[in-house]
Amino acid sequence: MEMVIVAPPAPGRLEDLKRRFFATPLQALLSLISLAIMVSTVWKLLNWAVFSAVFTTSGGPEACQAAAGACWSVIAARWRIILFGLYPFEEQWRSALACLTVVVMTVLSCIPAFWTGRRIALVWGAGAASYYVLMKGGVLGLSYVGEEAWGGLALTLFIFVTTCLIGFPLAVCLALLRRSELPWISRTTGLIIDGVRSLPLISILFTFAIVLPFALPQWLAGDKLYRVILGSALFFSAYQAEIVRGGMQGVPAGQEEAAMALGMSYWQRIGRILLPQAMRNALPATINQFVISFKETSLVVIVGFFEILASGNAAYGTGEWRFAYVEVYAFIAFIYFVFVFSLSRYGAFLERRMAVGER
Amino acid sequence: MVSLLRNQKVRNTLLQVVYVGSLAALVLAGIIIARRNLAEQGITSGFDFLYKSTGWDVNFSLLPATANDPYWWFFLIGIINTLFLGCTGLILATLVGTIVGLARTSANELAQLLGRTYVDIFRNIPLILQVFFWYALITHLPTPRAAHEAWGLLLTSRGLYVPAPNVGGVAMALATSAVIAAIALPVWLGRTSRLSQPFGQRATIQLAGAAAALACAAIILVVGRLPDAPLLDFPALQGLNLRGGLRVPPEFSALAIAIAIYGGSYIAEIVRGGFKSVGKGQMEAARSLGLSPWRVFTLVRLPLALRAMLPILANQYVWLMKATTMGIAVGFTDFFMIVALTINHSGQTLEVIGILMGGFLAINLSLAAVFNRINKAIALKGNQLRG
Repeated sequence: MEMVIVAPPAPGRLEDLKRRFFATPLQALLSLISLAIMVSTVWKLLNWAVFSAVFTTSGGPEACQAAAGACWSVIAARWRIILFGLYPFEEQWRSALACLTVVVMTVLSCIPAFWTGRRIALVWGAGAASYYVLMKGGVLGLSYVGEEAWGGLALTLFIFVTTCLIGFPLAVCLALLRRSELPWISRTTGLIIDGVRSLPLISILFTFAIVLPFALPQWLAGDKLYRVILGSALFFSAYQAEIVRGGMQGVPAGQEEAAMALGMSYWQRIGRILLPQAMRNALPATINQFVISFKETSLVVIVGFFEILASGNAAYGTGEWRFAYVEVYAFIAFIYFVFVFSLSRYGAFLERRMAVGER
Repeated sequence: MVSLLRNQKVRNTLLQVVYVGSLAALVLAGIIIARRNLAEQGITSGFDFLYKSTGWDVNFSLLPATANDPYWWFFLIGIINTLFLGCTGLILATLVGTIVGLARTSANELAQLLGRTYVDIFRNIPLILQVFFWYALITHLPTPRAAHEAWGLLLTSRGLYVPAPNVGGVAMALATSAVIAAIALPVWLGRTSRLSQPFGQRATIQLAGAAAALACAAIILVVGRLPDAPLLDFPALQGLNLRGGLRVPPEFSALAIAIAIYGGSYIAEIVRGGFKSVGKGQMEAARSLGLSPWRVFTLVRLPLALRAMLPILANQYVWLMKATTMGIAVGFTDFFMIVALTINHSGQTLEVIGILMGGFLAINLSLAAVFNRINKAIALKGNQLRG
């Protein structure tokens, strides 16, 4: 017997609208309120940011201040300091290229073809190395620029990349140590992880930047930038270790037992059986953690680094652009938004894609 | 020797001893070096400095504070400031999050869109950037002379001025506890009379309890107000400055607003997740029993969603408490800023870092303990309500 499903007659457009937005008086009220909020916000925002805004630097700050809308001239005048900080003016193309390297690296590591341990390590290692060479110079005919002159978006990206690069292997180590069968090893590692997680990131950055030099011999203290990166990596790895451990717990015990029965050594079991499956389980949470840690790099402004927020503060804080703080913050917020939003959208996509096999 | 190393038991013990030992040695070496370095600068270790007076001032305090007060008093002020800012932010963020989360789960597509836009925008901008933004916005407001005025509130670059009750300190504390009782009483009544009364009566009893406690608070305020003064003290311009009322400093309001908006976007997602986790069958069953939409919401959807949300919410609250450390970015004297200032002024680095860790551990652990209790109290008993 054949079943025939007859679609109900398509409702008219007006009917459809009525059903979707005005089904009950309460729904109608809700729709109207939402619509009012949306229209007024969008209109005010557009009016401020586009219609009555000033885009050119020709009039100087005075013309800008007189205008009713946004003063984008401050960005036109100061974008270099926001993006590159105090990096030497003629060399700023290197800074831009270095930022591009990081973007390319991130995009590459989002492609499934690169999701083997070796390839991803290669992409990130090569990316970080070329970033470092580009920024620091001193080789290949590039002039030398010390870390103290790095700033703006380039510094933010550098801290993010190195944090992940150091933090991720550390996280895997911590996770493996925590699930060790030897009670004292797992307990001590657990204590370290939970201790770090219970502290705010700012206090860790502060400790590494300002307190640690007291507790280290002179030859070991190193540059403040690298100490802060180490602190931020430690914080990242404490959170990421728990994510990796969660992923490991999702791998059925039979997998490891089977590997043991085949006579695989510990490292073979970890590297070929446990970690690949655990990483797959942990992928959505990992991307979420990357997103969070990218946002948190902005905290280094508190221990006195000239990253994008501090350079933004400097861009409007001096002299004639003092009134244009909203525009500067909007610009920086937009940069963060582009990075973070695309990463988190990608994470959501990945979660859907991976859920397909489990339905 | 080699055969001893081959023994699994011996090897395991050795491994553990080496691991724990080397970590302990690292920490110990750090402490020894730090003590020597500090001693070279003429700083003696120990907690005696806690009783010395600080010589600097805090810009925000709920307790009386002067530069002559000892360090331990300032640490206490810092912790209270952190808790105060944290609780304010927590309540505001929960309010924002609940509204946005409900909009996202509502049947109305426009409200959904509005909620989603909110979450997408504010969740993807770092908190500290938002703090800076609000702080810049507030400090660029007009001076007190040209203040914006609305409903007795004054918006100025020196902060937000609100009407303050002319009430003595003891009466204020009593009234506050009465208000807290008004919130806690219905919950307690609901728990004790769970099985003995039908729904309608229980709600009446709860309402009556809350109303009685609120009335108590009002009476305390009226009786305890300062002699020959109106009940509410409105801020007003006097000369170049504002007199009267209560000043909320820009540092505090910037942080509270930023935490409310940013935390609200995270809580909205938790609220949405909680409501999504409630099984469809539960609501259909409630509706087919003939419950009104409001009843379906308050008796079935909300309690079930709340249980799903609570553990995640507890994590978020711990995070919010830690976020108060952003205070140092705008100069709000929270616990962490007091710690940083103390290190700068007294040089007692190691002790103060110890206090910092202990303080946050205590705050986190007590928050976690409270939420574990609540979680246990409201957890569903048995397995009758799955899916």
